[in-house]
Amino acid sequence: MIQLLYFARLRETLGSDGENLDWPEPGTISALKHKLAGRGGAWQEQFAGNASLRAAVNQELVPDSALVQPGDEVAFFPPVTGG
Amino acid sequence: MTARVQEQDFDVGEEITRLRLQYPQAGAVVSFTGQVRDLNDGDAVSSLTLEHYPGMTEKSLAAIIEQARQRWPILDAVVIHRIGTLQPQAQIVLVVVASAHRGDAFAACEFIMDYLKTEAPFWKKEATPEGEKWLDSRESDQSARERWQ
Repeated sequence: MIQLLYFARLRETLGSDGENLDWPEPGTISALKHKLAGRGGAWQEQFAGNASLRAAVNQELVPDSALVQPGDEVAFFPPVTGG
Repeated sequence: MTARVQEQDFDVGEEITRLRLQYPQAGAVVSFTGQVRDLNDGDAVSSLTLEHYPGMTEKSLAAIIEQARQRWPILDAVVIHRIGTLQPQAQIVLVVVASAHRGDAFAACEFIMDYLKTEAPFWKKEATPEGEKWLDSRESDQSARERWQ
C-alpha cells in the first residue's frame, strides 16, 4: 500500500484529498501516474495530460523517474504559489 | 533557524527585535514582509485562502533556510508563513535574516523568498466578485529563483 495525497486545484478537480492504493512492488512516479490516468475522466486529464503536475515522495519533491516503494507517502499537486 | 506555519498574524517588530537582541555580533537584520494585494491581474480580490501540505511545508522551509545558511555566513533566519483565509492588506509571509554585515543578510533574505515561492508547498485561491479561482504559478518567480543557480 501507498498513501496518496492530492492538493489544491488537483484535489478539487479529482474530488478527493487522498486515498490508500495497492502498490505491492517498487515502481516509478511515471508508472503510478499511468495507473491513475487509467481511471479515465479527470484522472486521465490530470495524470496523463497535465505536464505541470508536481510529485513528492515522503514529502520531498521528486522527478517522474523517482521510485515509489510500498509504504511511501506520495503527493501530487499543481506548481506552488505561496509567498 | 525557525520556520513557522500558522493561521494567526505576526508582529514584524517583535520578530525583528527578538532576532536582533539574540545576536550581539549581528550588524544587520534584514526583513521582508509580504502582504495580500487588493488587486491581482486586474481583478479586485476580496480574500485569499492558503492551503498547504502539513509536514512537507515545514521541512521545505527548513531546507531552504539551511541552503541559505550554507551559501552566506548568516547568524540566524526566521520564516513565518500564514495559512487560511486572509483579507487584502493582511500580512502573509515574513522573512528575517541576521548577519554580521548587510550584504549577506540582503542576499539570503531574497534567496529564501525566491526559493519559498517556487518550492514550499503552499497554494493560493483567490476570491473575487466573479468567483473563486486557484492562482497559477508565475514565470517571473521561476526566473527569480534561477538567478541563484
